[in-house]
Amino acid sequence: MNAASWGWLVLLFPLFGSLLIGSTYRVLPARTAGLVGIGAIAAAFFCGVAALISLQGEPAESRHVADSLWQYASVGGFEIDLGIYVDPLSVFMVLVVTGVSTMIHVYSYSYMKSDEGYHRFFSYLNFFVFSMLLLVLAGNYVLLIVGWAFVGFASYALISFWYRRETATKAGMKAFVINVVGDIGLVLAAILIFRELGVVDYEAVFEKAPEVFTTTNEWTAVAICLLLLVGAFAKSAQMPFHTWLADAMEGPTPVSALIHAATMVTAGVYLIGRSYPLFELAPAASDVAAIGGLVTLLVAGTIAIAVTDLKRIIAYSTMSQIGYMFVGVGIGAYSAGFFHLMTHAFFKALLFMAAGSVIAAMANMQNTDRMKGFYKAMPFTAAMLIIGALALSAFPFTSGWFSKDEILDFAAFRGGWYEVFVIGGYIGAFMTAIYSFRIIFRILPGPPCEEAQHLIDTGHVVHGEPVNPHTGEHEDTEVGYPGSEHHIAEQARGMKIGMSVLGFLALFGGLVQVPGVTEVITHFLEPTFEDSPLAAMHPSTSEAWKGLAKGGIISVAGIAFTWLLYIRRPDLPGMFRRRFKPVYTLCVNLWYGDQVIDFLIVRPFKALGRFADRAVEPFVVGGLTNGTIAVVRSAGDAVRDMQTGMLRGYAVLMLSGIVGIALYFLIRSI
Amino acid sequence: MAIEWYLVLSALLFSVGFTGVLIRRNPVVVLLCLELMLSAGALALISFSRLHGDGDGQVFVLMVLVVAACEVVVGLGLVVAMFRRRIALDVDEMKELRG
Repeated sequence: MNAASWGWLVLLFPLFGSLLIGSTYRVLPARTAGLVGIGAIAAAFFCGVAALISLQGEPAESRHVADSLWQYASVGGFEIDLGIYVDPLSVFMVLVVTGVSTMIHVYSYSYMKSDEGYHRFFSYLNFFVFSMLLLVLAGNYVLLIVGWAFVGFASYALISFWYRRETATKAGMKAFVINVVGDIGLVLAAILIFRELGVVDYEAVFEKAPEVFTTTNEWTAVAICLLLLVGAFAKSAQMPFHTWLADAMEGPTPVSALIHAATMVTAGVYLIGRSYPLFELAPAASDVAAIGGLVTLLVAGTIAIAVTDLKRIIAYSTMSQIGYMFVGVGIGAYSAGFFHLMTHAFFKALLFMAAGSVIAAMANMQNTDRMKGFYKAMPFTAAMLIIGALALSAFPFTSGWFSKDEILDFAAFRGGWYEVFVIGGYIGAFMTAIYSFRIIFRILPGPPCEEAQHLIDTGHVVHGEPVNPHTGEHEDTEVGYPGSEHHIAEQARGMKIGMSVLGFLALFGGLVQVPGVTEVITHFLEPTFEDSPLAAMHPSTSEAWKGLAKGGIISVAGIAFTWLLYIRRPDLPGMFRRRFKPVYTLCVNLWYGDQVIDFLIVRPFKALGRFADRAVEPFVVGGLTNGTIAVVRSAGDAVRDMQTGMLRGYAVLMLSGIVGIALYFLIRSI
Repeated sequence: MAIEWYLVLSALLFSVGFTGVLIRRNPVVVLLCLELMLSAGALALISFSRLHGDGDGQVFVLMVLVVAACEVVVGLGLVVAMFRRRIALDVDEMKELRG
């Protein structure tokens, strides 16, 4: 079997799992459904590995296979195949997505145990993974859009999973709407690509693009790339499309881990990486991507330092890290960007899982203000949380250290105004260390809080009343709400397995790409980016290690600073809050992102709607309708008199008609 | 024998029938006149059939006769229904379809 066949199998398993669980939920026992879900994703992972082996068996220049099942549409020269494209980049994404998703499925198997919607959850989860795999394996822009839209829908379904919780359904809608804005950008980009190049297949597009987008036509390429970026920014929650991500934390915690750490939000990075030949023809658009990433990583960092909701802190850190990836692929550090994507998937999924365990122990409370002393109550979760935070804050020799600093090294290597990214990146890194260890120092040490104490004393998780953590509204545990029981990693094997594997990867996953020693990712992705002049450039090994040293120092300094703030001088954070009240207010209100969108888009459109209702509707729409009625009615009046009801009259008319026609033909024939 | 005489006879029959449809108000007579018109058509068809020396026209005539029989059944049925309801047998009185 060649790589393409394995690629099809990668797609088949999750789709099949989703359909099977979704259609047999009445008869399938709950645990079996969970196992089917896990099995489907694990099978996809192994097929991905097989595809990898099959690809590596080829010589480097032919490590890409395009394969098509059938022609999807063929209209006037517009030909779309239902085709996939398997090359190192898509295989890399497949492995990251399925690998991390398998662990998340294993975790969910235990975490969702008492939830009424167990089947539904696994069906959605499998569908989500299928959509993401379709997105990364698609062989042309049209199928990419299909996968892209499926991911949008799947995220909507999963965020609104507890559908009787109003805040959750609203968050789902918000995510969906913002994603659709991105979809529109992507569709327009595809249309423009087709108009300019006449093809939509990746290979054909990238082959033709350099000929068509010469210097005279450069701005079309820029326009295409900017439209692609609209899609990428919306899916990856970059400024100004970032507001949905934090609200998406309404979904169950494994969903946060899956969507907002490992898969969905990385789609934008993949899109830029996949379309790199276009972006290199439009350097202006690449710069926009990188600057957008930089702004997002700084803004999200400040928000993450200010908010207190555990999952939201992690959500904003996701935004911030995705910002690094955008900087990476924007400045041409492709392999570094994707390397960071991989390590980020490991440690962010781990952090979400550990957070889920803590939240379960708190009986669904998410506010870090009340969490204390979990170090004693849940040592395993605490250890995993620390590992995740270390990797996130790029502590030396953890995975995040290698990947994040590789991006910044490349920016420094390109020099010139790219130094901005280095400075911004290091400021962001300092903030990363602060917010990740802010979680640790606030919830792990100290005297245990009520819930933690209960866990230590009785060995059981607190049975809190089921309430919506945001509104305090009371909820029942029937269909559509979180289960009646909570599960923590210490007591649930599935959660423990998932977290251990990811914890290991978060610690040691970076060792695959050590400058000068092992450069697995760079070499592996080389065939994909072989045409790029940027990918061939590398900072020297000594430069890279210098960068790593700088990054390590900043990370340790950040952690030490946080220690000073929260352990040594616990009075300082409050003082800072008071002294820099405007800044704090700005951050804690998420830089007023929602309000800005409300002011700039929602309100003008509402006003436009009201105006149209008053001025356009009665006159234009009403006028058209009533006018049509009037025309028909007067025409009817005009011909009504002919209908006398006189049978003999009709006969006369008929005869004269026939005679008239007969005469006409007679005269013509003469 | 020249075909013209047959055609003239057919035309005359048709005109008589049509005039009857136009000027008579009794539905039974109107139906009679319709039959006359159909017979005129049948006569013309038979004449042409004879002229061409094949049977096609005669086949048509047979079909016309069948249709005419059906039409008479329906028409007379209507007349009977009108009579039962004591509606005046006058086609000019029935103009409910007036626009």
